Amino acid sequence: MNGGYQIVVCGSIVPDPLQTLEPVAGPTGPALRNEMMLPAVLDPWAAHALYEAANLAKQHSGSKVWWVALGPKAKLQQLMMSMAQKVPFELVALDGTASGFSDSWEVAEALAGAIESIPELDRDRLLLFGGWESASRGTGVTMQMVGERLGITDQFQGVDELTIESDGSLRLLERVEGGHHQVSVCGSPPVVVGWATGRLPEPPNNPQVGMLNMRTVMPALQRAKLVQLSTEGLTFHSVDLPEQRRETRIVRDSSADEIALELVDWIKSD
Amino acid sequence: MEKIVVLLHTEPDGTLSRPALEALTVVRSLAADLGSEFAAALVGESVQEAAGLVAGAGASSIYAVEGSDFHHARYTSDAVALDALCRRAAADLVVAPGTSRWNRVLPGIACRFGGRIDTHVCDINVEGGAPVVTRWYYRQRMKARIGRTQRPWFIVCDPGSFSAFEGEVKEVPIEPIATPLAETGFKTEVVGFQKPAEGGQTIRPDAELLFVAGAGWTKMQPDGNARVGDAERLILSFLKSTRASLGGSKSMVDLSSEGQETLAFMTHLNQIGQTGATPRHPKGLSTCCHGEEPHVVGWRFITERRAVNLDPNCGWAQGKADVLYVGDAFEIISKVNELLAEG
Ligand SMILES: Cc1cc2nc3c(=O)[nH]c(=O)nc-3n(C[C@H](O)[C@H](O)[C@H](O)COP(=O)(O)OP(=O)(O)OC[C@H]3O[C@@H](n4cnc5c(N)ncnc54)[C@H](O)[C@@H]3O)c2cc1C
Repeated sequence: MNGGYQIVVCGSIVPDPLQTLEPVAGPTGPALRNEMMLPAVLDPWAAHALYEAANLAKQHSGSKVWWVALGPKAKLQQLMMSMAQKVPFELVALDGTASGFSDSWEVAEALAGAIESIPELDRDRLLLFGGWESASRGTGVTMQMVGERLGITDQFQGVDELTIESDGSLRLLERVEGGHHQVSVCGSPPVVVGWATGRLPEPPNNPQVGMLNMRTVMPALQRAKLVQLSTEGLTFHSVDLPEQRRETRIVRDSSADEIALELVDWIKSD
Repeated sequence: MEKIVVLLHTEPDGTLSRPALEALTVVRSLAADLGSEFAAALVGESVQEAAGLVAGAGASSIYAVEGSDFHHARYTSDAVALDALCRRAAADLVVAPGTSRWNRVLPGIACRFGGRIDTHVCDINVEGGAPVVTRWYYRQRMKARIGRTQRPWFIVCDPGSFSAFEGEVKEVPIEPIATPLAETGFKTEVVGFQKPAEGGQTIRPDAELLFVAGAGWTKMQPDGNARVGDAERLILSFLKSTRASLGGSKSMVDLSSEGQETLAFMTHLNQIGQTGATPRHPKGLSTCCHGEEPHVVGWRFITERRAVNLDPNCGWAQGKADVLYVGDAFEIISKVNELLAEG
């Protein structure tokens, strides 16, 4: 595209998946035990969105990537230590909760407001990226709401591939039922793209990119607007951990024949 | 009294999918528990056949947006249809199935109407005269029961969580709803579908059994060799005779993007777990997969779980499976295939 794309990626932190999570009652609703102490990572599908954005920007000169993140400032700062080395971006930070128990409606409102306040944004070149579902709330609704608030009605979810055709149109592959992809062609931006896994591996750390990014990351964090989410009207009647442990029977000394017989019986049983 | 509507789209052949029939079950019981009626709103190229069933389910009115523009799932056209239908229905509670088509567009519609939306709802009850829905948080690690005061409240049901409605077809008048489609036009065209390239369709949501292949299938084996070719043959043969749905661990599906030798038919769509799918099957068999927590959260809705692993201390042994067979999956699955072939 002439002049390149303006790619805005929405994404924030989630607890490292290897951590044990336990719900506790907080002052404004449910929370996680030791939430602020839990090691965090960039929400995995949002991370794919960021890598895809950077890759696209690299291929189209004049493009730029903004990363809009709503999360506790201190945790975002920690995340930037690793993420800033991955790909070039300009951070737009919002200081507030990244809890899965916050409400998508309010989060979308805050994100859309932050995007609207990016000064030089040109809607006709805008690609709005995010993960198609978070690993925290896991509703898969926030990006669509941000898009609606910005008046973007060409929206795609569960995207594994976005290619730019020679005429500048966008070809997208979205996940649909049964392991298939729906293929769509959209004439031009603006579009909303909720990424699934995409096609790119995690980029290696690049200290030079890190140095460049950190120049804008620290001021962005200092500027981060405080966002208070109220979850008004939403009541959590209960939040429970499921019964996790099963009584595992460990079969050690059986032959492959014996195991196979047992498995086939089990597979065939009702 | 709360006004209720169920939003459904038809399939290309004019029928209702199983998730749509499940949403009908949900809306019927919700309406009964609240002592209300429910309306239905249908979108699709043709809706006549579906309307008969919906009437049979007891819908008090049926609104429809019909025509070739609504054949495909596309945000713009679906949003135009749903906007018109939601205006007509003016409902407080909106029940819908969590199909890929509705998941794409309903959040935007909820936002347009100043409403709230909850997806992946797996249970719904009425407590104190108001709905309380159950859904999971943090990738199936904790379960919450929530209520809301805002309306409209869009309640999107997770496919596989409810029984499918079965009933008589009834004759009923449909109220066609006009849309301003011609004026808006579309920037997006759906041009087709891509099927999994190798091994045919391996993801089968309705299968009795989930078969998970972990990265161990591609790793060096005790004899010092990797046996990827053997693994492919064994797994495809197993899938053919059992009609199981194929899942993979993240390490397994990532191998291809890392340029390593892997099973040709394994893609990211097969991934189970934290950053993959959480399918619903009565049984699951894990092979050559370590059973780490980010993987096993994807097994939340697998009722009976068995695993085959060389390592007696793998994750499955830690209360994550009902049975762990300590053994070589190549040998065991080969024998299993022989037995299955004998019938
Ligand atoms: C942010 C994040 C998100 C993640 N999301 C996911 C996710 O969604 N899904 C997921 O799966 N993982 C996820 N992971 C990764 C997860 O932590 C594990 O690394 C991964 O599941 C390991 O895959 P594996 O068990 O197949 O491979 P390995 O850990 O390599 O295990 C291979 C297993 O095969 C066994 N084996 C080898 N040969 C044989 C044989 N002949 N017979 C029997 N057994 C054999 C070995 O004993 C071993 O247990 C995530 C991690 C992170 C950090």
